[in-house]
Amino acid sequence: MIRERYINFLIGALLLIVPLVALQMDEPFIITLATKAAILALAGVGLNLALGQGGLVSFGHAAYFGIGGYAMGILASHAQDYAPLMEVPFVIEGTNLMPVIWLVAIVASALAALLIGALSLRTSGVYFIMVTLAFGQMFYYFAISWPAYGGEDGLSIYVRNQFPGVNTLDPIQFFGICFVVLMAVLFLVNRLNKSPFGLALNGAHQNEERALTVGINVYRLRLVAFVISGAITGLAGALFADLNRFVSPTMFSWHTSGEIMVFIILGGVARLFGPVAGAAVYILLEHMLGGISEYWQIYLGLILLFVVLFAKGGIVGGLARREVRHDG
Amino acid sequence: MPPSANSEQMTIHRRGRGLAGETIKGRAMSSILIIEQILNGLQFGVMLFLMAAGLTLIFGVMGLINLAHGSLYMVGAFAAAAVAGWTGSFLLALAASLAAAALFGALIELTVIRRLYARDHLDQVLATFALILIFSEATRWVFGSFPLFLNIPEALSGTLTLPGGIEYSRYRLTIILIGLAVAVGLFLLISKTRVGMRIRAGENDREMIGALGVDISILYTLVFALGAALAGLSGALVGAIQSVEVGMGEPVLILAFVVIVIGGIGSIKGALAGAILVGLTDTLGRTMLPWAFAAFMEPSAASSVGSSLASMLIYILMAGVLLFKPTGLFGSA
Repeated sequence: MIRERYINFLIGALLLIVPLVALQMDEPFIITLATKAAILALAGVGLNLALGQGGLVSFGHAAYFGIGGYAMGILASHAQDYAPLMEVPFVIEGTNLMPVIWLVAIVASALAALLIGALSLRTSGVYFIMVTLAFGQMFYYFAISWPAYGGEDGLSIYVRNQFPGVNTLDPIQFFGICFVVLMAVLFLVNRLNKSPFGLALNGAHQNEERALTVGINVYRLRLVAFVISGAITGLAGALFADLNRFVSPTMFSWHTSGEIMVFIILGGVARLFGPVAGAAVYILLEHMLGGISEYWQIYLGLILLFVVLFAKGGIVGGLARREVRHDG
Repeated sequence: MPPSANSEQMTIHRRGRGLAGETIKGRAMSSILIIEQILNGLQFGVMLFLMAAGLTLIFGVMGLINLAHGSLYMVGAFAAAAVAGWTGSFLLALAASLAAAALFGALIELTVIRRLYARDHLDQVLATFALILIFSEATRWVFGSFPLFLNIPEALSGTLTLPGGIEYSRYRLTIILIGLAVAVGLFLLISKTRVGMRIRAGENDREMIGALGVDISILYTLVFALGAALAGLSGALVGAIQSVEVGMGEPVLILAFVVIVIGGIGSIKGALAGAILVGLTDTLGRTMLPWAFAAFMEPSAASSVGSSLASMLIYILMAGVLLFKPTGLFGSA
């Protein structure tokens, strides 16, 4: 465990140092890549709580990522058009303040996770995978066929939203926001994993019968974990939308769910910094392989296949050399 | 994120929407139209059955969740389009779709899938997700990004007048018949033949039939290739109505999952019932909901609310089944 702590520190430090060096070398594109990695890592940290810690293989986390994105898109588009979101029974204005947007994104995606989780957790195993995938897809089709906020074309926001005291249009300052949010969430998730709640969740993952026997309400425990997990991924969605200043149904697509899952397997399942390493490597691969070939996803597929078949444990697992069981 | 995947995910729903749009503009809801929509729903359901049957068989016998099943559907469609382009024969094209999908199915079973049987579902999902990436990009590399077209054969084009004066597409009727014939054939294969007996035995106890001297690894390859061939056939048949393009299998795959969740995993009967139910609900929902909302809303709002709701209908159906029977209509345990 001590060794893993050093590795975690190293991963976090690298993620911070790379954009700072890029700033010195005047390479804003690299800062944007690092920002993207930090945001996608946050989405992975959310999923890792359900998948790694709780053993809940959700293939529908794009739903929360997309809801977070649309929370930002809808609020900011109303602020940009000076049109209130709602007039009856009371007026709700749009906003371009990040903290407010984040709060709405977290609450909305938590509610969606509560609803989907309450239904999906009635099943387990392969059913759970298919059901979460299907519910995720439901949001995708809804976003496409609902014309009010751009439908299939998505929604552009012209100016990045504001954070008090920070110039969010400056790439390095926006990276700073995302990095701090990521570290804060990692800190909280680490506390959560070590709390009685996290231990019970992990226990129920390893042996459900035993957890039930000692009087743990496994369904409720998992539902709470699922909701927290969805809320974190939703927050990442709001940041991702702000990075691109654009939301579209792509955020809901099942490829997005698959990618979030890929970050975790690349980095190491149930490892605290696994998704951070995984997302960073994914962005790096996308950037490098994309330069070599238009068909870079073939190579991504082959690498993923190799990691799943022969290199279980991912990057953090390989470096820390200690097997963490999942879905036993 | 691959931007192309999304426009492709739409195709299957565009077909339904076109039909719905036509009704709102044109005539009022008539019984002929409803029968026509029921037949469309049946045709859609039968296609979903071909996909779901393979998936549920593979899950039942090998305990494997295969996301790459949609890629085999795509392989079948591309093989059919290519062969139809060279030879001009639709029958050869269908044969090619079966052969190509079975071949690729056997190939990935031998190289990748068989390493996954003993693994947990997470590994299966990720490895088959990787296979999707490889298949999709390789197909794009070979055939390019533009969709191919597979023409409906001359003998099956045009419409047929059904009893009651209903004009209906010959080709769609043929699809319904082929699908039902496959369902009967599959039922006979599994209940009457020796291979079927082994498949059923494999579903009950994998270790035991191995111990009794059945070569399980051949049986597994066979079952996987059979499921793949069904997916390929379905891809070729649908490919003639829609366009043949990369990523065409993914929306169908997810619908097949909904079918399996509704019908119950491992049950062919459940797959058939679930597929017909999903096919009818989706097709009728897309026609009826906008029309029903038009009764008390203005037409444009009714059309948008109705079609948004219709796109969610089968998932709501699935949620309903989960509430009352979490193991599916025909599922056990």
